[in-house]
Amino acid sequence: MSDLLVAHGLGYRYGQAWVFRYLDFHLPAGCLTAILGPNGCGKSTLLATLSGLRTPVEGTVSRQNSGLALVPQSLEPALPFSGLDMVLLGRARAISLFSAPGTADYAAAREALTRLEAAHLADRPFDVMSGGERQLVLIARALVSSSAVLLLDEPTAALDWHRQAHVLNLLRQLADSGLAVAFTTHAPQHALDFADHVLLMAGPERQFSGVPEDILSEEALSQLYRLPVKRLRLSSLACSTAIPVFRGYSSESAVSPGEEAL
Amino acid sequence: MISGTRGKTAPCLLLAILLFSVFLSLSLGRFNIPLKTVAGILLEPVFGIQAFWSETEVQVIWAVRSPRVALAAIVGAGLALAGAAMQSLFRNPLADPQILGVSSGAALGGVIGILLTGTGWPAISGSFAGGLAALAAVFWLAGGSGAGRGGTVMLVLSGLVVGAVGAAGIALAKYAADPDNQLPAIVFWLLGSLAAADRQSLYITLPPVLLSAALILGLRFHLSALAVGEEDARNLGVPVRAVRLLALGAAGLATAAAVAVSGVVGWVGLVVPHLVRLGFGANHRWFFLNTLLAGASYLILVDTAARRLVAAEIPLGALTALLGAPIFAVLLRRLRGKTDV
Repeated sequence: MSDLLVAHGLGYRYGQAWVFRYLDFHLPAGCLTAILGPNGCGKSTLLATLSGLRTPVEGTVSRQNSGLALVPQSLEPALPFSGLDMVLLGRARAISLFSAPGTADYAAAREALTRLEAAHLADRPFDVMSGGERQLVLIARALVSSSAVLLLDEPTAALDWHRQAHVLNLLRQLADSGLAVAFTTHAPQHALDFADHVLLMAGPERQFSGVPEDILSEEALSQLYRLPVKRLRLSSLACSTAIPVFRGYSSESAVSPGEEAL
Repeated sequence: MISGTRGKTAPCLLLAILLFSVFLSLSLGRFNIPLKTVAGILLEPVFGIQAFWSETEVQVIWAVRSPRVALAAIVGAGLALAGAAMQSLFRNPLADPQILGVSSGAALGGVIGILLTGTGWPAISGSFAGGLAALAAVFWLAGGSGAGRGGTVMLVLSGLVVGAVGAAGIALAKYAADPDNQLPAIVFWLLGSLAAADRQSLYITLPPVLLSAALILGLRFHLSALAVGEEDARNLGVPVRAVRLLALGAAGLATAAAVAVSGVVGWVGLVVPHLVRLGFGANHRWFFLNTLLAGASYLILVDTAARRLVAAEIPLGALTALLGAPIFAVLLRRLRGKTDV
């Protein structure tokens, strides 16, 4: 498998505090990668750095010239665009200055919305949509760009379980069709059920990556989320899952050995 | 509303309204001419209709009213498009040539032009330089602050600062002007009126407004992308710098050309794009064309009202402000609910 995106020794900091450092990352075609880590660990910053929106302070990112689409967590357009108008913006790379989307672009935009079970959002104003509806529109927007690399920032954050499954299945399909896809999430199950590869951002200089089944151990997850996490293998299902024990929360675990490294 | 009138219906409807406005404006005035006669006189050169009108009526239509109607259309279209482009550039539906102080800057430039050489081309060159300088200044001050945190406050305050500099400069220029020749010319020009419309003013305004309209209509899709967010647009592959420079230049050019022939006619760039969005949505294909057509009709109708409403002519700038300010107030209220203005 060829790598569509390779980052080596990546480091980024706000002021003096490193968000992450010495980070190696690669995205092969056909691979679905999940990125996990607690709030504020730099998942969004990492995606911005990988996509080229931010220049890394250290290290290098090399991208193939095959197009890259970044799906942000949310957007606040200044003007009242419809869902379809928002999706059409995804075609910007292919639309030269002094021209506008044509019939083919409109068809592609509608098809992308349909693929996300969101055809009904085409004519709805984006600014009155719910968070989940907006996410579907933004994912559709990334799809119409026909980029080979898709980076999604918490694509399932505001979605109900059905839509989470739908979006994750879609990401799986896209990866199977040859795209390189990476997404951030707060649910280890997403990584265990769908991803080929996982990147765990445990601290600025502590990252683990590998096959989800190996990386997402009870110990690693419990430390990551500062709360007991149980891995369960259900007899009726082939896969195993991870369950947080919210009652096991205690404020002492708020300062774990991992925390001191931060 | 957005779905129903997505296609070509909106521009067709707006074109019909524009034609109707032209006829109405040519017909109404101190000396009313029936619509049928107006149509006859306008179509006579094409179809050679048997004259059923007087020579005076022909004179009134061709020599007196038509330059003014044409100028109103050009200025209205130019200001409306400039406003629409600025709203995308500043990511704020409240942007407008006057609110941003660009009109004041252009007026100051024009006044300096009149002081140094005289009306006509010096005034428009001065207006253009002043307008662009003001636009650059306000963009530097308010820049990418956009619709989000404190964006509107920054935008309005930046416009206030730039407008104040323009106003102060104009006051100084008036003080320095020769009270017999230059001062009346400056005061009359600043009033904001289309009363001085003639062929020369059409020649001055048409080319820059056409160029600006071509640029803004050409950039229609990319301007929409900028309205969503600068970082996002860059991420989508929009050449942000090029789009911004071209659109700023185009918006400044249209504003300056409008100010050069009609003084400060405010609020058109705010009211018209807003009404167009309300009626026909903001879709990438048609929004800017709709705005152009609606802007032309809007100023023709308002100017007709200015001429016709009472016995003496009401200054056009006063009337557009009277219509614009309440709409601005409503928009401000609505924005306050949505973002922390």
